[in-house]
Amino acid sequence: MGSLAGIGAGLAAIGAGIGIGRIGGSATEAMARQPEFANKIQTAMLIAAALVEGVALFAVVVAMIK
Amino acid sequence: MTNKLFRYLLAAFLLVSFKAISQHHETAGQHAEKSEHQTENTEHDEGFDVGELVSHHLADSHDYQFELPFLHKTIHLPVILWTNKGLSVFPSSKFKGDNQGKVIVTDDKGNKYVRLHEVIYYADKLGEHEHPSAFDFDKRPLNFSVTKNVTGIFFSFILLFLVMYLTAKVYQNPKKLPKGIAGFVEPIIIFIRDDVAIPNIGKAKYEKYMPYLLTVFFFILFSNLIGLIPFSPFGYNLTGNIYITFVLAIFTFIITTLSGNKHYWKHILTPDVPKLLWPIMIPIEILSMFTKPFALMVRLFANILAGHTIMISLVALIFIGGTLMVAPVSGFFVIFMSFIELMVAFIQAYIFTILSALFIGLAIEEHGHEHEAKHVEHTI
Repeated sequence: MGSLAGIGAGLAAIGAGIGIGRIGGSATEAMARQPEFANKIQTAMLIAAALVEGVALFAVVVAMIK
Repeated sequence: MTNKLFRYLLAAFLLVSFKAISQHHETAGQHAEKSEHQTENTEHDEGFDVGELVSHHLADSHDYQFELPFLHKTIHLPVILWTNKGLSVFPSSKFKGDNQGKVIVTDDKGNKYVRLHEVIYYADKLGEHEHPSAFDFDKRPLNFSVTKNVTGIFFSFILLFLVMYLTAKVYQNPKKLPKGIAGFVEPIIIFIRDDVAIPNIGKAKYEKYMPYLLTVFFFILFSNLIGLIPFSPFGYNLTGNIYITFVLAIFTFIITTLSGNKHYWKHILTPDVPKLLWPIMIPIEILSMFTKPFALMVRLFANILAGHTIMISLVALIFIGGTLMVAPVSGFFVIFMSFIELMVAFIQAYIFTILSALFIGLAIEEHGHEHEAKHVEHTI
């Protein structure tokens, strides 16, 4: 049953990839529109990316316990 | 420019191969042990056990091992137990390296202990072939021993104290310009004050909470960074242990709850929704009081543990591959992952601090927004 844990962790990685990809995309688009706010946008992007990654890592931790 | 780049890459590659060599010495010892237990002479081995290597490096243990190429030494840390017959202290060398529950240690009060997977149980409370878990609290004495993680906390504490003390000494003479390590620490402290504490907690009350935010930030940062160093006495895994991040999250929870003012509790216990929804909203609000520190704990733990596991697994790729040809590929991946892990170390410390500041700010915020809502209602 170790492979089911691996599949679960892989699905979590897909979720994290999609989420952080979208965050990165909108952040760079916003920075291109208003370059003077690039610093604040980058800070917000990092915070949102860490939160999304935290959720994905909940799933990894559950997969590791099994 | 390219000369410097070449030198840095060479240094990074040497560090990684150093770690691989020191791990090879240690796993050679493990292989020797395993082949002693097996009676038949198999050709290579049944498969290099990466899980065993990972849990050996990342889990807590009662011994502290130095695995430099010129120094192989195991320091047996003291075991301090509080049993129902009183305090009992003995060095963990009495267990003779046994982790399977076979060696019984008797201390001077007459208690007998066995150790199974680094957890100490009373020997007379275990059955013959029982497999207890670490949560069978009636079978275990209270374990206050100095383990590898506790010495890790001491290292981080000494490093933190040294850095902050040297920084503070620079500012004792107000006439001299600050130089030295203060130049590294002061921008970070100003950054936390201006971008983390003041926007979230407010200009009036942030000073009370600055010591806590600074301590948490620098402790997590230094512990993460020391965990990345591949040399043997330093590569301990502190923030990748869920009990340590649990304690950090409990600190945030205690500070948030104790500094909550009337408006905070009013919003939790009597939220601003129609009264029929209260049986749903109040349990959700109370639960959200606990899930926020829980998320802090799991986020830091999982990020750091995943990073360390990936690094060890990439180096173990050489041993699974069996040949030395895999080493350049593995070395390149490890260098790449090291940069990402460096970034993750800073980001996770920053995220923990800013979320703590956010929760504290939510708890002590004064009531300004409710008046606005009422005004809008009246003008429409």
